[in-house]
Amino acid sequence: MKNKALWMLFSLFALMLLVVAGCSGNDEASSEGDSDTEKAAEGNGDNTFVFGRGADSTQLDPSKVTDGESIYVTNQIYDTLVRYKQEGTEVKPALATEWKVSDDGLKWTFQLREGVKFHDGTDFTAEDVVFNFERWTESAEYVYYGYMFGATEDDMGGIIEKVEATGDYEVTFTLSEPNAPFLNTLAMPPFGIASPDAIKKHGEEYFKNPVGTGPFVFEEWIPDNKITLSKNENYFGEVAKVDEVVFRVIPDNGARFMELQAGSIDAMNGMNPQDLDTAEQDVNLQIIRRPSMNVSYMAMNTQKGPLQDKKVRQAINLAIDKKKLLTLFEGIGKPAKNPLPPSLWGYNDEIEDYGYDVEKAKQLLAEAGYADGMELTLYTMSNPRPYLPQPKFAAQAIQEMLKDVNINVEIVENEWDAHLSATENGEHDMAFLGWTGDNGDPDNFLYVLLDKDNAKKGSAGNIAFYKNDELHDILKKAQTELDQEKRVELYKEAQVIIHEDAPWFPIAHTTPPLAVSKDVKNYIPHPTGSEPFNHLELK
Amino acid sequence: MLNYIIRRLVSLIPVLIGVSILAFSLMHLVPGDPARSILGEKATEAQLEALREELNLNDPYIVQYGRFMGQIAQGDLGNSITSKEAVIVEIGSRLPATLELTLFAMGIAVLVGVLAGVIAAVKQYSWFDNISMSGALFGVSMPIFWLGLMMIWLFAVELNWLPPSGRLSNDIELQTITNLYLLDSILTLNGEAFVNAFRHLLMPGIALATIPMAIIARMTRSSMLEVMKQDYIRTANAKGLASRLVVFQHALKNAALPVLTVIGLQFGFLLGGAVLTETIFSWPGVGRYVMDAILSRDYPVVQSTILIVAVIFVLVNLITDLLYTLFDPRIKLD
Repeated sequence: MKNKALWMLFSLFALMLLVVAGCSGNDEASSEGDSDTEKAAEGNGDNTFVFGRGADSTQLDPSKVTDGESIYVTNQIYDTLVRYKQEGTEVKPALATEWKVSDDGLKWTFQLREGVKFHDGTDFTAEDVVFNFERWTESAEYVYYGYMFGATEDDMGGIIEKVEATGDYEVTFTLSEPNAPFLNTLAMPPFGIASPDAIKKHGEEYFKNPVGTGPFVFEEWIPDNKITLSKNENYFGEVAKVDEVVFRVIPDNGARFMELQAGSIDAMNGMNPQDLDTAEQDVNLQIIRRPSMNVSYMAMNTQKGPLQDKKVRQAINLAIDKKKLLTLFEGIGKPAKNPLPPSLWGYNDEIEDYGYDVEKAKQLLAEAGYADGMELTLYTMSNPRPYLPQPKFAAQAIQEMLKDVNINVEIVENEWDAHLSATENGEHDMAFLGWTGDNGDPDNFLYVLLDKDNAKKGSAGNIAFYKNDELHDILKKAQTELDQEKRVELYKEAQVIIHEDAPWFPIAHTTPPLAVSKDVKNYIPHPTGSEPFNHLELK
Repeated sequence: MLNYIIRRLVSLIPVLIGVSILAFSLMHLVPGDPARSILGEKATEAQLEALREELNLNDPYIVQYGRFMGQIAQGDLGNSITSKEAVIVEIGSRLPATLELTLFAMGIAVLVGVLAGVIAAVKQYSWFDNISMSGALFGVSMPIFWLGLMMIWLFAVELNWLPPSGRLSNDIELQTITNLYLLDSILTLNGEAFVNAFRHLLMPGIALATIPMAIIARMTRSSMLEVMKQDYIRTANAKGLASRLVVFQHALKNAALPVLTVIGLQFGFLLGGAVLTETIFSWPGVGRYVMDAILSRDYPVVQSTILIVAVIFVLVNLITDLLYTLFDPRIKLD
């Protein structure tokens, strides 16, 4: 009896293991990958750069993702037609060596680099560019294509009417309207050119078998654990100085920092603010701040009540002590005076911020006829955002400060989704919001957030509902102006108007810190949130 | 007994249907939109709508549930909607990680917990009893994220004895077969990988073991105390049997049932994934996987993983029930 029972138990346990093993039986792909890595890893020695981060990539097909962690990796594997310069968001040649635009701004012709090979050995030609762009119009899943080029259900191409191979190494885009930010948009990592052969070969599985032309070649992906890349010896640009790059997932911020201290990783993002001091004092570490490409602001609803008056909006700008407010950012925020972050070309540094001056604020309010004060609502999201780490405390601080000028603020706190729909519908007097730039073009901030075209209830990017025809003309002109110098001037002028009309109280640009081992040289973080690692060196 | 097992396995079916309905409705009741989580906050309503249509999220719930169950019936757990990967493949790399950690942690917990409980009971009110039982209270109340971080700080950063987190160092190569790294390194005769994997397992294993260990120790102690007061123990002692024999053969066997229940339950819970431990020690297990899926509203992943975990939980409980008959022959399952 006892033996029988034991036997039964054993078989049940085996059954349980079978359930587990049944699940893992399908995991052949990763074990195949393992043997490949063995080859790649041999002889690499210690020249491996390990980057620690909080979450895994979702897919390695950049055209389908919106999360920074996926883009971080694909930015190493793929090239775009043009790339951002190492510092700032101006573009430089990449897969395209030169380009020209027709006078009407509708035809963009790109000369492509010859002799470039995809990691799978196939040649890169104009047909491949056409293939990629056509692929991106096939489904709503290609989210950035749809978003940046204005695709709709009926017109999946958006403003791109046609993409043609006009030669083996020449591609011509025909647009339905002139679009000056087009070039900056093409530099966005989601528009990395993938190998058509690999896409056809892997089909549904392509997202985990990425093939591009970039400085690093994909080797292996162990989900929730690590992604390994090896250097592309045949890269047309600067060949990487490290042999291997490993992206490791270490979800807890504190644990990740200790991994860095212990030396098992070389760099990390997503630091706890309280670890900053320790890191700064550690002789083995360096803190590198990523230039900001975002802005947080308090929008004032220019269509409602006392806030229709410019003087009231200016007074509110004067009555808030920005420096004090910024302490809530725990060292990761720089005060904002413009809607544009300073890392973008076109930033107007000549503008002087309103400054903190309660007396002047009171005076302006008196001139506007509100000496006795007023009641205003301030809508805030309940959860932290990358550009605003403690929204509720920020709201309370502003509430206190505005009491000094007799403005009574009622705070309305909502979950993120509810906050978005309330503010898009203009329910607020004042509201917190922020923006992270997409393509590094000023149009992506100023037109999206402050033009009258985007002040439509229900789908507003411009939640100040600020409508200024003069500004509109400038922004529209800048969209079609193809001379970069002239665009810079137009955007500087636009910022002067916005400053004067004060539809916002601009709060901050956050500069997220990266902690990097002192052994790493030449780590230059890019404002867009990720950078190719081919420039960096290990000591 | 075979009949009993078959009956229990058959009774799994209604349990799983119940679990699937629960998992399905809970996920769909929670506010949030998978399309939004895939496309990000900047997507337009038109893009969202198009994607919802592509993912069949606009169908009535009953149709979606029917489709899900239809797939399950054919043995297809579906694909993750964020990563597009087959759920079975994704779980396949995480479940063994969780299993390895759980087995290791439960091994420690049972060994130390039972031993401490027995000694504490036999030497009631001694210094050992006092210290181990306050230690157990401490263990139950310890926030695991704090304990974990302190362990990493002490053993990895300050003393440099153990690797801070993860399952295997970057420079170690291991051919995976079962994805249980210790087992794989034995199967491939890879001594270096075995040592490395074992060193990675130590800290998360001990951290995860603290709570079950404490519960088991306290349960063993109280159960043993009860048994030690029984007449037959007095008789055994009076017969002059060696006290070790009395404690381990006569008393422990009779005190084992409640302890076994606790062990079974704890084991089942841990197999469902230990989110905190997995997060702090970067352990790529089921707990974190489901957690991420819940946050991104990845319906197929959450539903299928819950089903698999439910099956395992039921199996563990069944094994526990069968073990009762080993410890107490009076228990008849049929």
